[in-house]
Amino acid sequence: MNWQKIVVPIAAVVVLMLAWEWLVWFNDWPNYKMASPSDLWPAFVRFQDLFWLYGWQTLWRTVAGLAVAVVFGTFLGMVMGLSKVMNEALYPLLVGFNAIPKATVVPVVALMFVGQHDFNTILIAFLISFFPIAVSVSIGLSTLEPEYRDILRSLGASRFTVFWKIALPKTLPEFFGALKVAVTLAFIGTNLVEIITPHGRGLGHLFQSAQTNSDFPLMFAVLIALAALGIFLYYIVVALEKIFAGWAERPAH
Amino acid sequence: MNLIEIKGVTHAYKTKAGPFPVLKNLNISIPEGSFCAVVGPSGCGKSTLTRLIAGLMFPDQGEVWLHGERVTSARKTVGMAFQNPVLLEWRTILQNVMLPLEIVAPMMPRRQKEERARELLAMVGLEGFEGQRPSQLSGGMRQRASLCRALVHKPDVIILDEPFGALDAFTREDLWQTMHEMRAKEPFTALLITHDLRESVYLGDQVVVLSGRPATTQYVMEIPGGGPRPLEILYEPESVERLAILRHQIQIAQGREAA
Repeated sequence: MNWQKIVVPIAAVVVLMLAWEWLVWFNDWPNYKMASPSDLWPAFVRFQDLFWLYGWQTLWRTVAGLAVAVVFGTFLGMVMGLSKVMNEALYPLLVGFNAIPKATVVPVVALMFVGQHDFNTILIAFLISFFPIAVSVSIGLSTLEPEYRDILRSLGASRFTVFWKIALPKTLPEFFGALKVAVTLAFIGTNLVEIITPHGRGLGHLFQSAQTNSDFPLMFAVLIALAALGIFLYYIVVALEKIFAGWAERPAH
Repeated sequence: MNLIEIKGVTHAYKTKAGPFPVLKNLNISIPEGSFCAVVGPSGCGKSTLTRLIAGLMFPDQGEVWLHGERVTSARKTVGMAFQNPVLLEWRTILQNVMLPLEIVAPMMPRRQKEERARELLAMVGLEGFEGQRPSQLSGGMRQRASLCRALVHKPDVIILDEPFGALDAFTREDLWQTMHEMRAKEPFTALLITHDLRESVYLGDQVVVLSGRPATTQYVMEIPGGGPRPLEILYEPESVERLAILRHQIQIAQGREAA
């Protein structure tokens, strides 16, 4: 690991915080207009138990939703990538479904499964994030050059063998590209439910109650915590990508 | 005995505008151990021919025979190489070459597969590159690895669909010589699709000229004296004369000159 890879991003964060602090100080903004970084730390310390508890709730439900999205999205992408008919049938439906703002789906889901808070949250995180996975897997599979198939088919390999040995690994880089997008989308889904439906769980709820109490530094602190969680999950995906699709990285010239 | 026998093959693709004929009463015979080069105008159905022999497609009429058996399905005794080397990026060169063995001989011990792959890689001058990824190799080296993959399971016949087409002229000539060396060490029967007449004359024991679409056998030239040969042979009067004849045949196939 290069020290540059650690020091430079941290320096960038520090610079951003200083600029933010300076902006608030220079304009003499009160807390209810814009909190400054120096206000955030007290908020974190005062509510640290809640941050750990709610942060964990947000995180595990996001990951659960994402896991369902990976399984379902990959399956849908396989169906669409391997069958032209299914592709033509499902694509418009999928695009239409994705165009529906998920904020409008939250109340519907909340009515359908009253009181199932965890389930509802996972469901929305899943619904909002499976689309890019399905699309990228289907494109990866349908754009496989015929020669790749012929190499194995001419040896009498089954369709499954061709899929397992060639199509699937070849799609991995596209899959991880989509997963990076899906991670952030899943967070949006989780927080949407936590903020819109009042069930007292997750960082979204903490944000909501901070708003009710006009605790502006706490609201900003929650946003920073969400960003930190997002970065954390994103880099887990990057690490997985390095392990399973590191071959796709071209050597630097 | 002829290893490959193509008898009166006629084939048309079904399109919305009706049948699109590509092959018409095509006949080719390739004796065991012989190298047949097929030339013809662009888009005359040469790649269709390779897929018919590999058992990936079946003709509307006529028969394809391989080793005294009619081709009715894909078989393990064929090796293929294309213009695009289609190596798998996530595998090393060695693992790429081993791929057909995983399909054809899944029970073979891994060490034995590796030995066989290493032996072929050494033969084409890729010793020391076994652990590299395809993206780390030059175009010519990738194509060498692709040829090894086509041969690793000791197929009866290897089908080469313009494997040297995308290479620069010098690399191409190097690979022609490699081809001869490989045949000398490990005889195989080959069908080569090419657009390069010099290539067909240098490599082939037999050159078949196909007519324009729908393709039929227009002209067959036998080239005596098999085995490795120096490149200079291409500049000798015999070869020049052969090239002139083939050139003329191609022009007829293109419909630019009367027969």
